[in-house]
Amino acid sequence: MKTFSANGLKALKLAILAAPVMTIAGLASAQELKIGLSAELSAMDPHYHNVSPNNMLARHIYEPLVGQDEKQALKPLLAESWKAIDDTTWEFKLRQGVKFHDGTPFTADDVIATMQRAPNVPKSPSSFSAYVRGKEFTKVDDFTVRVKTAAPAPLVPTDLSTFGIIPAKCKDTTTEDFNLGKCTTGGTGAYKQAEYVSGDRVVLTPNENYWGGKEPWSKVTFRMITSAPTRVAALLAGDLDVIENVPTSDVARLKGDAKLSVASTVSNRVIYFHMDHFREVSPFIKGKDGSEIKNPLRNLKVRQALSMAINRPGIVDRIMEKEAIPAGQLLPDGFFGTSKKLKPVAFDLNGAKKLLAEAGYPNGFKMKLHGPTNRYLNDTKIIEAVAQMFSRLGIETEVETLPSANFFTRASQGGQGNVPEFSFILVGWGAGTGESSDSLKALLATFDPAKGMGATNRGRYSNPTFDAKLVEALSTVDDAKRDAALAEAMDISMNDVGLIPTHYQLNTWASRKGVKVQARTDEYTLATGIRKE
Amino acid sequence: MLAFVLRRLAQALFVIAAMLVIVFFGVNVVGDPIYMLISPEMDQQQIAETARALGLDRPIWEQFLVFLKNAAQGDLGRSFVHGESAIKLILHRMPATLELAFVALVLAILIGLPLGLYAGLKPESRLSRFIMAVSILGFSLPTFWVGLMLILTFAVSLGWLPATGRGPTVSVLGIETSLLTMQGWQHVALPAFNLALLKISLVIRLARAGAREAALMDYVKFARAKGLSQSRIIGVHILKNIMIPIVTVLGLEFGSLVAFSVVTETIFAWPGMGRLLLEAITRLDRPVIVAYVMVVVVLFVTINLLVDLVYSALDPRVRLTEATS
Repeated sequence: MKTFSANGLKALKLAILAAPVMTIAGLASAQELKIGLSAELSAMDPHYHNVSPNNMLARHIYEPLVGQDEKQALKPLLAESWKAIDDTTWEFKLRQGVKFHDGTPFTADDVIATMQRAPNVPKSPSSFSAYVRGKEFTKVDDFTVRVKTAAPAPLVPTDLSTFGIIPAKCKDTTTEDFNLGKCTTGGTGAYKQAEYVSGDRVVLTPNENYWGGKEPWSKVTFRMITSAPTRVAALLAGDLDVIENVPTSDVARLKGDAKLSVASTVSNRVIYFHMDHFREVSPFIKGKDGSEIKNPLRNLKVRQALSMAINRPGIVDRIMEKEAIPAGQLLPDGFFGTSKKLKPVAFDLNGAKKLLAEAGYPNGFKMKLHGPTNRYLNDTKIIEAVAQMFSRLGIETEVETLPSANFFTRASQGGQGNVPEFSFILVGWGAGTGESSDSLKALLATFDPAKGMGATNRGRYSNPTFDAKLVEALSTVDDAKRDAALAEAMDISMNDVGLIPTHYQLNTWASRKGVKVQARTDEYTLATGIRKE
Repeated sequence: MLAFVLRRLAQALFVIAAMLVIVFFGVNVVGDPIYMLISPEMDQQQIAETARALGLDRPIWEQFLVFLKNAAQGDLGRSFVHGESAIKLILHRMPATLELAFVALVLAILIGLPLGLYAGLKPESRLSRFIMAVSILGFSLPTFWVGLMLILTFAVSLGWLPATGRGPTVSVLGIETSLLTMQGWQHVALPAFNLALLKISLVIRLARAGAREAALMDYVKFARAKGLSQSRIIGVHILKNIMIPIVTVLGLEFGSLVAFSVVTETIFAWPGMGRLLLEAITRLDRPVIVAYVMVVVVLFVTINLLVDLVYSALDPRVRLTEATS
């Protein structure tokens, strides 16, 4: 009896499952898109956690006012246009005729509701409040919204490109309910949320009434596959159509496979070395005999010598397997606010030795480098290589790498009095906004919690001329002038070797032949950028 | 009997309480989760806001008191990352892991027992030597490597089985399982075999040792003398007697299959609790780590208790009541 019921149940389930599959299979299987992601989501609530996997996925369902194209240049999305009326007021004209997934029309009320919700999601591990803080939103009419700020704020459109607009009806929906898909009104995006299995997959179905046109996919499944070799194997096995974050060691092989295509572009992420600028005596720097010496990193010539001793093309060729580009500043050429004058510092060991001697260290010193493991592509190998390069310069170099969870805490506040603990560290920085202001402000501006400057300045670099230029740029609403001011600030800090950039990563996707991925600088894998060939 | 169970329960409670304290403080001295959670572009004010929102701005002993207060009500805290109850998250992912562990255990018995039995009854044959050699490989090859090889062989090269993930699930009495569909079995096959590999070797060795010993026992000789069939001697007299140590070990091994399937789950992108733990560790999601360890402690304590009871049922010579005297 027992076996009978179990079998009966099994047969029944099979029948139930098979019926729809069989009817749809013929029509839809070709249009289903399966994507392998490298990181896990923490929620489907677009305002709960400001981290890229979440933001990326939310973008399919909930669109922001302002969009970012594949090179992160701003483009109209839910706002058709925007302009600064005066130095402290921005006006956004909203797109008309846009509907949420259930047919509710999109208006200024939804924007106002979103601005109330986004910074105030309970228990948010990283909220969007910084993008909304200090801004007053008013509805002028159904399709016009004004944003008032206390001081000139050129980055208002950029800030509003970071999170999606939810319908006013879902303003009180909790994060848990978003996960369960209980915001039935949905967003205005090209895709609707169909299924979310935490730690496993997100399934999206197309929004038939999307204002931006029809999507070619009948169903999009994002699978979270954190192990890189597994992701590659799943693509090779045909389980997936597209994978992101291809390990550098596999790129050459995948390029050589006739059944696959590879798409890549330079990333907004720079890998760099931050160094102790603020201590008279730095904890991980000693004289050759082990004695305490004054911090040599405060000497410009020493910093220049270290930068010249790094063989950037060598790192790119050998360690990154050509999946990177040597860096001379904080963002690759062509990004907003980058300098046209700066080039990667050329490798010149003799020149570096000379500079080091001129600075008063003809015999070098001892130094320990620190860095995270498995946070950036090939991070440990890069640190080890650079340590070798410094050793050739005459600096006895040791390496210590730590798990990210320990490294970042100690690198930010592990020293006495909650200051950064290390002397010389490898870190990476992705400019989420796509312009150099966020990198400069976070990494090189003088550390000042009250003003929110230099929050990630782990070397505590401080240069008043640079600060003044940056502040000028951050309060210039005119784009051309701001671009110029940022480039100048970049020049000042790089010529002063505030930090040492080594390379920009490449973002790489691999896909089945016939599926074309639009490579993006922000590392986002968007189904809306994947097309059939 | 009752006294024995009560005594074991009291011991269990003490173990759980001690683990609670050790784990909480152990996990809370490592790093600072804020830097793992927050978007790197955020400023100092936002870092402080997040610390406040998660209660990380308070001194550790105060956090512990809050934790104890909630734990007394069965709430082991909310995940920093997901914002949901840590226990709920774990329980939600548990069926996937249990499924994997269960299939692995069945595979270990189905494959390991006959092979081990054969190797024990015919220790000199070539096949037996081969089985023993292979079982050494099972012990010594690293799980992640075998996992990748399985994927490369059966998914990439041969294309017989899917490389990753769990198949479609069906809800039975509120529990999601993928073992009721063909597709589900295809998905579970490789990871379960990967997870089972070590246990298969273990069962082979236990069964072989047991069989070799039992084959020389008087009761087997008498059975032979009575003219019983070979299959009856092996199936009833030998098998039944070698099952006792195997059940004991497998009981405990089941616990480790459930608790530490981290590697297999990661390699095969299996959405179980192992991956949740790994994610929690990399992101320093303390409440989830603490809750996970507590769930595992409770699991092991329970399994130990059950194994003792089953043991006594299999072998009537074991008197549980004696333990109290």
